[in-house]
Amino acid sequence: MKSIVLIKQIPDTGEMSMDPQSKWLVREDVNKIINPFDTYALEEGIRLKEQHGGEVVALSMGPEHSKEALKEAIAMGVDASILISGDVFRGADAQATAYVLAKGIAKISEYDLIIGGIYTSDGATGQVGPAVAEHLGIPHITGVRKIREISETRIEVERLTDGGVEVVEAELPALITVVKEINEPRLTSLKGIMKAKKAEIPIWGMDDIEATEGRVGETGSKAKVIDTWIPQRSKDVEMLEGSAQEIGKAIVDKLKTAKII
Amino acid sequence: MAKEIWVFAEQRDKELPGGVFEALGIARTLADSLSTKVTAVLLGDGIRELTGQLKGVDKVYLVEDKTLDSFNSERFSKVLAGLVQKENPLLFIFPGTANGKSLAPRVAAATGGGMVSDCNDIALTDGKLEFTHSILAGKGLAKANLDESVTGFVTIRPKAFERTEGNTGEVIEITPEASWLESKLKVKEFIAELSEKVSLEEADIIVAGGRGTGGNFGPLEELAEVLGGAVGASRAAVDAGWISYAHQVGQTGKTVSPKVYIACGISGALQHLAGMQSADVIIAINKNPDAPIFQMAHYGIVGDMFEIIPEIIAEVKKA
Repeated sequence: MKSIVLIKQIPDTGEMSMDPQSKWLVREDVNKIINPFDTYALEEGIRLKEQHGGEVVALSMGPEHSKEALKEAIAMGVDASILISGDVFRGADAQATAYVLAKGIAKISEYDLIIGGIYTSDGATGQVGPAVAEHLGIPHITGVRKIREISETRIEVERLTDGGVEVVEAELPALITVVKEINEPRLTSLKGIMKAKKAEIPIWGMDDIEATEGRVGETGSKAKVIDTWIPQRSKDVEMLEGSAQEIGKAIVDKLKTAKII
Repeated sequence: MAKEIWVFAEQRDKELPGGVFEALGIARTLADSLSTKVTAVLLGDGIRELTGQLKGVDKVYLVEDKTLDSFNSERFSKVLAGLVQKENPLLFIFPGTANGKSLAPRVAAATGGGMVSDCNDIALTDGKLEFTHSILAGKGLAKANLDESVTGFVTIRPKAFERTEGNTGEVIEITPEASWLESKLKVKEFIAELSEKVSLEEADIIVAGGRGTGGNFGPLEELAEVLGGAVGASRAAVDAGWISYAHQVGQTGKTVSPKVYIACGISGALQHLAGMQSADVIIAINKNPDAPIFQMAHYGIVGDMFEIIPEIIAEVKKA
């Protein structure tokens, strides 16, 4: 069983702020973390290796400091990490990112399962998983909360969907995106941290992944961001006071104003 | 005439989710501004009668086959990509459902289109479409353009757009090509899990509980029931095993934007606030007057939810 886990290093969204002049988000000096959903993907990949043998590799596209996230993946227990990086990849939208990751996976060539988080917390597009699967011509299943069974040739999962759960079966190789319910990610071990320190993270560029110029980075992106901002709340909280009964009545008045009742 | 605007008319068990009508609403508005047509694309088996429910459309492409009976991300995306490649619509709008979010990015990749996810506004500025969407798990907003020489794909945030009335369209039957229906994927069964009638993303009102419930969600469920809403939860409540993950609101759960969000015993961690701060009205009940949730709330109550909720329920029943 060989799994490839797609991860992204993101700014810790809790710490993000906005430059009041430019209205752009301040990304520098913000603590960087592995996208929370991707930690579940890493844990699942590591568990599959522990249960079925084989190998698990983490793959990311991003600036060079993404190496920190890839080292953390090694500290958790993946066997190796690969970074696709370079100026040419900058400014990529989710679709261009998916193209690049698919080219990277094609270079790795042998794999049974690709695992990613269902969304990233920064862009939250949820596009990369399904788009990577399309480029590779393999089936995909989003929102997986449990792998029921996996063999050399097939996987059966529980997919969280609207109003319930679908039991879906796919032939391998396949791609799944996972939700938080699937597992509890482990902490990095001291042994893992030591291993991560020594690990070499290869950096792949355009030539390594044989990508087509014009399909990567900002040039290859069909979606262009014009503006970003954090909406500001204009009004202070109004505290409701009184007996429980009076408060109950006051809340119902607010619900009537909001046309809920 | 400008290129068409398409809507994926998702159906589940022969029912159209609310997001389809909201997608048709914005599609109609945009099509009228651009003097173009709205085409709904409906996939399934034995679903012809649903075409009568699709309002504000000029045409319905009806693709029926027994293999399209249940959702299949591979088959559905091949059918949609096949149709897009033949007709090159300007924009293809998908409801922001689990299936819409699974399909749209795959069809975009298959056809070389651009995509914006989770739009809460689409406007026409100087003849060009501008898409506003959430970033940073709901904390920020971004505005984007799409390259209009190729088909643009969007998923829309539940409840962000008004539904439309209007006419039903001409139904055009499309026979899927055999290669579109090949798949290495199979849905074996569906297990209904949320006991509620209203889904979290589509609810007008959400009653959410956190650590302060101590695991007692009974009063919250009753309040949600009498208000016709849904029950949400903080990560703390889900991690404690008090309520299932499907109810979790926040960074590693769902992002919601109801008309009213009643937060009960939720302190208001940033990760939770990110998932609900776009609610029109936020009411917070918490014993701790310093809880961060009060900085986000429109109305705050420092008090015991187990005394206050029954009074709200009694008052609603009177109304």
